[in-house]
Amino acid sequence: MRPAGRAETDSLYFTYPHFDPPSNRAHLTRPVRVAIAGAGPVGMTAALALAQEGIASVLFDAKATFNDGSRAICIARQSYHILDRLGAVKPFLEKSLGWTRGRSFYRGRKILEFEMPDSPREKYRPMYNLEQQYIEQYLWDAIEQEPLIETRWQSRVSGLEDLEEGVRLTIQDPVDTYQVDCDWLLAADGARSTIRGLRGLRLKGENFEGRYVIADVQMEHDYPTIRRALFDPDCRRGGTILVHKQPDNIWRIDYQLRDGEDEAEAIREDTVRASVAAVLTEIGYDGDWDLEWWSIYSANTLALDDYRDGRVFFIGDSAHIVPIFGVRGLNNGLADAHNIAWKLAWVLKGKAGPRLLDSYTPERRGATLDVFQNASKSARFMTPPTAGWQLMRDAALNLSLSHPFAGELANPRQMTPYTYADSPIVTPDEDGFEGGPKPGAVLPNARVNGGFLSDLLGDGFSLIVFSPELADRLADLDLTPLVLQPGSEAADVLAASPGSAYLVRPDMHIAARWQSASPEAVRAALELAVAGGKT
Amino acid sequence: MTPADLETVYEALAEQLDAIGPDRRELYLAKLALLLVHEIADAGRARSLVADAASNLEI
Repeated sequence: MRPAGRAETDSLYFTYPHFDPPSNRAHLTRPVRVAIAGAGPVGMTAALALAQEGIASVLFDAKATFNDGSRAICIARQSYHILDRLGAVKPFLEKSLGWTRGRSFYRGRKILEFEMPDSPREKYRPMYNLEQQYIEQYLWDAIEQEPLIETRWQSRVSGLEDLEEGVRLTIQDPVDTYQVDCDWLLAADGARSTIRGLRGLRLKGENFEGRYVIADVQMEHDYPTIRRALFDPDCRRGGTILVHKQPDNIWRIDYQLRDGEDEAEAIREDTVRASVAAVLTEIGYDGDWDLEWWSIYSANTLALDDYRDGRVFFIGDSAHIVPIFGVRGLNNGLADAHNIAWKLAWVLKGKAGPRLLDSYTPERRGATLDVFQNASKSARFMTPPTAGWQLMRDAALNLSLSHPFAGELANPRQMTPYTYADSPIVTPDEDGFEGGPKPGAVLPNARVNGGFLSDLLGDGFSLIVFSPELADRLADLDLTPLVLQPGSEAADVLAASPGSAYLVRPDMHIAARWQSASPEAVRAALELAVAGGKT
Repeated sequence: MTPADLETVYEALAEQLDAIGPDRRELYLAKLALLLVHEIADAGRARSLVADAASNLEI
């Protein structure tokens, strides 16, 4: 929502583009290989990831511009790696604000200062703040450079029909209603997914009690990019407030509504202004400010039972709704997009068996459930659901004023990427590998010859080895060999000995690893990783 | 700790609980529980005590 007198996309700092429906219409009913419903950050990332593999796609979006308001603002390290691999990370790095630190306050007194894990061997910081409009703009700029992606704006998917080997979409735009067949459909159409409704599928899970108003204000506030959490502040007794800095002097303020506080009343402009003013007083800001945008949000943990329905894959919010506290909504959506895109591309190119696609749900739904577990912990601290949780939360906060150990209970434990340990395409350790990242985990980074290990990975699978012989004996395989030095930083991070090897997937997750690798074992693991399981 | 030592703690707790208003006693006891748990530094032992203390509350 925007202040009275301003349109939905009338922003203080961002000029929304306007997109017309397709003007060249001769080809609209021509069959497409991959259709993507929703040109938000997740849909656009999927299209870019498919294009990188040489697969053309058509994006459909009902809107004439980007999403209103800044919505998701925290982009995690692993998402920057995804953007890096898509060749799109540069504008993100230039504009966004990286951060590593958080501070928690209880009744105005600091009870915790935490650092998220970071080190010189990391190419990217643990988290970056950037308004969603810019996220969409930068992805769109990349898409405009990409001839394999066609985008049809103001084009709503209104019907869906299964074909023998595909899906028939009914598309409505301001000019016409037409049908177009696709082999595969990626549903990236958000929390209120039309595709999900058309398939008769429902999200299942829990609704938490906590409701938050999220508001963006523009102000010249002199405070570093440090996430602040205010527990039980004077301006909102019993509630919790989060404050984040964004580029362009935009500040995100999330404040919790009290039990019984009326939602309609809470989102009225004058109520929002009064609430924001009170928060600004609380954090010691007494200068001018402008209200940019606001919305209301409930903490939910909801997901589909299966992220695949025949020829349809659900990616991002259409498949799962997660609480904001873990900042995993957008980040998990980008990981979904990257995950399904390389798999679908490899199947379409005949480089992988069709069963590879069956690994999408266990891997990405597993990641969602992991987020649920962590975010539920955070939500119970931020918004205690019952008297018992409330008492222990209050006791921890109160005790933390005199005993810092209790403040650690307020640490939001920002999440690390999910390990696909139970994935059907990941080969478990067989030779008692001690230390290092487990199979299914994201490959950790390390400095190699003035650059980073992540920069050396190939577009497809990569094989990290510490002696050239193994790579030589696998020269016929479709993978990028990386010969690293024993005793190097990378060898240390990977707990590698001279005979060790790591097989790394296109999405940087570890497909298999060996303390002492044999060519046969590598061949078998690669076959498993691209076939979706041994038949 | 001798029975006499325990008694001094018992008395101190009773006096402290009386000194604290009834609306703050629950919070106080929860804080104390967290402090004691931190002191014994044994999560398994602490969780077993959390369960023990719940017995016989209905008598």
